[in-house]
Formats: sequence, structure tokens, C-alpha cells
Amino acid sequence: MTERNIRAERFEAALLSLDRLEAARLLESGGDDRPFTLRIEQDVAPAMESIGRAWEEGRIALSQVYMSGRICEELINRHLPKGGGGGGAGLKIALALLEDRHFLGKRMVGAVLSAAGYPFLDYGAMDSDSLVRRAADDGLDLLLISTLMLPSALKVEKVRKGLDSLGLGVKIAVGGAPFRLAPDLWREVGADAMGRNASEAISIIKSFTGGAGQ
Amino acid sequence: MKYGGSMTSAERVKAALSLKEPDRVPWLLLLTMTGARELGLSIKDYFSSGKNVAEGQLRMRAKYGHDVLYSFFFAALEMEAWGGEVIYCDDGPPNCGAPVIKSPEAIETLSPPRIEDSPSLLKVLDATAKMKEGAGGEVPVLGVVISPFSLPVMQMGFEPYLLLLYERPELFKRLMEVNEEFAAAWGRAQLKAGADAICYFDPVSSPTIIPRELYLKTGFPVAKRTVPAIGGPLAAHFASGRCIPLIDDLVAAGIGAMCAGCEEDLARVKRASEGKIALVGNLNGLEMRSWTPGRAEEEVKKAIRAGGPGGGFLLSDSHGEIPWQVPDDVLSAMSEAVRKQGRYPLEAEG
Repeated sequence: MTERNIRAERFEAALLSLDRLEAARLLESGGDDRPFTLRIEQDVAPAMESIGRAWEEGRIALSQVYMSGRICEELINRHLPKGGGGGGAGLKIALALLEDRHFLGKRMVGAVLSAAGYPFLDYGAMDSDSLVRRAADDGLDLLLISTLMLPSALKVEKVRKGLDSLGLGVKIAVGGAPFRLAPDLWREVGADAMGRNASEAISIIKSFTGGAGQ
Repeated sequence: MKYGGSMTSAERVKAALSLKEPDRVPWLLLLTMTGARELGLSIKDYFSSGKNVAEGQLRMRAKYGHDVLYSFFFAALEMEAWGGEVIYCDDGPPNCGAPVIKSPEAIETLSPPRIEDSPSLLKVLDATAKMKEGAGGEVPVLGVVISPFSLPVMQMGFEPYLLLLYERPELFKRLMEVNEEFAAAWGRAQLKAGADAICYFDPVSSPTIIPRELYLKTGFPVAKRTVPAIGGPLAAHFASGRCIPLIDDLVAAGIGAMCAGCEEDLARVKRASEGKIALVGNLNGLEMRSWTPGRAEEEVKKAIRAGGPGGGFLLSDSHGEIPWQVPDDVLSAMSEAVRKQGRYPLEAEG
């Protein structure tokens, strides 16, 4: 195992044990000649992806994923302006909660994007009509939608139709419990992708940019 | 009516909760807002009175022949008692509005609402009493209490609650004291009104949401205090979250049944729980909306084969609330399949 892999594993372990000091020490340590943005790409983003997979496989709990994202976000914000990592390969991305008040999932996706250095517009909670109008006004390329309740998840179809009726080629990626527990639902509502955990937002963005995520 | 068996629903459920084989697998079809469809009302109008809900439950039970009457309206209802707002929609359960605890410091002066001062809770008690009367003792009435440990997700929002849980132990302790007092009173009131058992709805305790190590220091002691304070038969429900790692803890807390998550292998949960605690589950309610009657029958058959052998099993969905979008023919197909496939002795797999 390389020194870098060892450091990445230690970083992940520090996140899972909520050891902010150790996570900061590993990410900010001297003697590492990589620029900070590269440390984010090589240490933080893989750690968050690994933590997302671990939740997906039932090895860790949602609270650990959330707290890990929060620690990463704090560390990144100390060094970079918000959304200043330059990721996303020029895609204009927005993140929204659709007709719901359960913000945690959206918050976790936001933390992952921030921690990985992807700029995005935070739309907060919106209804489907407002979301279509805002996406059109902002000239979005990718709309990330978080839901918790089934009726909200079904309203993604209305957003899809609204965007299509305006002739906009905005891609929609969805996430949240209804999509995870009913694995075909994202296709049914016309989404272009579904994330089974918050960290999958990164691989989804990369899939839309042909892998040019950073 | 015995709906295709030799036992009444009450006898059937009691036998399964005693970890025995009844005449057939009990069928806990946890219908809530679907009752509005039966009565030709909007969801909001349906939940405006206990009489409507009791009537809806009794009509649905006559139609599908399941083994429980469910006095649960919707989760956000408890928040009305705490001064919160309920937001109704036409095609799903009412949702809660803005959190009632707007800052962690507000917990210091928080006090529990009184049941008798809450019109929403009184509606549930009225529905419970009417169901009990309508069932004539043949069908058990199942009530619901949101656990003191999971209620803060609605009281203050999930993210602020997780931060409280990890970073503000004194305020967390104070919030649990207040919530435990409310949950115990609410559970006892439902039992007094006629509920035969209480579903202790505790999704935050699931290892899907928090690690068991944290549960042992938080949700577990809360359950150990609250379960005896409620005082009736209790079933733990995790809203589709995983439960296997908690089985011994639930038994230690005095809980007699638990619902498996729909992503858990039911046969594995059965092996882990057999002889310890009755098993409920674990049909996927979210998928039901796109099932055909044939698929519904297959899913019921599969669940009964995994959970049914030896008894101590009650078939149900794993979310605790059948979605509005699940069609009547799927509900009928599942009910018919239980009567066909669920008779003890169960048919060997083949």
C-alpha cells in the first residue's frame, strides 16, 4: 500500500470516528507537496465515495455519512471559497429539494459537492413549477433533485415535462429514499440518473462530462 | 368474520405475537389514507374526524379481510399537538410544516403538550374507540406512538437533531425527558381508548440511521424507560430501516415484535429473531404501486416462505403506511394470496 493510500484510509477512519483534529491534520499536514485542490481530489472525494458505498452496503449509518460530509465541508471551506474548487468541467449545476421539507438528503449532497470542489446553485426547497422556471432562467445543465416522500418523488415527472416543454436539455439526477427503495422509479419519472447515496452525485456529474469531473 | 381461517383476527395475531403458529399467517395491511378513497373524501376531509377514519378502517377490513385495524392517521399529526403545522396534499400523507423547535436553546423551556388539550390527538382516540366498538373484540386495534428518540426529526429537523445528538448531550437529555413524558401519556391514552397494541415508531434507532454504539447510549435507554411507561404490548418499527443488529436490544427493552426493513433478507431476519421476538414485514410498499396482481401474489408467497415457518410471523409492508398510489386490485391480490398461501402447516417450497 502506498503512503498516499495509507493517508487516504486514515483520513476516512478519522471522518468515521468524527475526529476533526486528526482529519484536519491529515489533510493539512506539511510535507505534502500536492496543491490543496489535488488533496481534495485524491483524499477527500474518494473518502466520501467510500463512505457512501459503506452506507449503501449497510456497514455504516446515515449519521456517520452526514457528519463525515460536514467535517469535510468545514475543512474545505477553510481553504477554498465556497464552490471554488473548479470541478464540474464547466457544467452549471443546481441542487433542490422538491416539494418537501426534509432537508437532510439535499444537505448531504451539498456537502459532498462542496467537499469535492464542485460549484453549484443551492435552490433550497421549491415546487415543481418554480423549479422549472428557475432552471430555465439560470441556463442549467444539470439539476440534482432530492426527495424523501413518494408524492414528491412522483412530481419529478412534472419537472421533466416542464423542462422538455421549454425545449431545455437539462439533465435531471434524483436521489432519496423513494428512488432507492423502488429502483425503477427514477426512469419512470423521466430522470436521467439516480444516486443511491449522496456521494454518487460525483460519479453522476462525471458521467455527464465524459469523466472530466475535475 | 374469520376470513378463511378457524381463528378470529385477534386470536391469530395473539398467537403470532406469542411466537406460535396460528391457523394462518396474520396479515397486517397497514392502510391509512386509502380510507379516504373508500369514503369518497379528500385526504384532508377524511382525517378531519375520528368517525371518518374508524369508518374507513372498518370498510377496508370488510373489503380486504386483513387482521388489524390501524388507528394511525399520519406521522405529522403528533406535531400538531406540539404547535406545528400540517400540510395536506391530494396524493400522499400529510407532511409537517416548519419545525416547532427553532433553536436548540428552545429545548430548555420546552414542555410536553397535554393529550386532552390537543384536538388532533383526541380525534385519534375517538377513532380508536369507534374501531374497537365496531370490531367487537374480533380484530385488534393497533395504535402508533412516535418514539421520544425519533420525534425530534419532526420537532426540529433531521440535521439539527443529528447535531444535537452528537454535540449537545445536555440538551439532548432534556429533550428526551420531555418527549418521554409525552410518549408515555400518548401511548397510555390510546390503550385506554381501546388500542390492543402500540407500534413504537423509531426509525432513528435503526442501524440504517445511527450506529448501534450510539443507539446503546441514546435510543436504547430511552426505549427501556418508555416501553414500560406505556405499559401495553409494543412492536418496534423502523420505517424500512434495518433491524437485525438490534434484536437482543429490543427484547431487553421489553418489545415483543419488530418490523424488518424491506432491504433485509427476511429469511436471515427470521433466523436471527426466531424464539426471541415476533417478526413483522417486509413487503416493499413503495414498489407495490407498480405491482401487478400476479407479482403481488408472488411477493406474498416469497415473504411467507421466508418468515412464516414455525410461526411468530406477521406479514406486513415494511414502511408502516401503504402508499396512496397502490391500486385496489393489488391490495385484493395480496389479501387473497395470504389466505391461499399462509395457512399452517405451510406448504413446503417447491
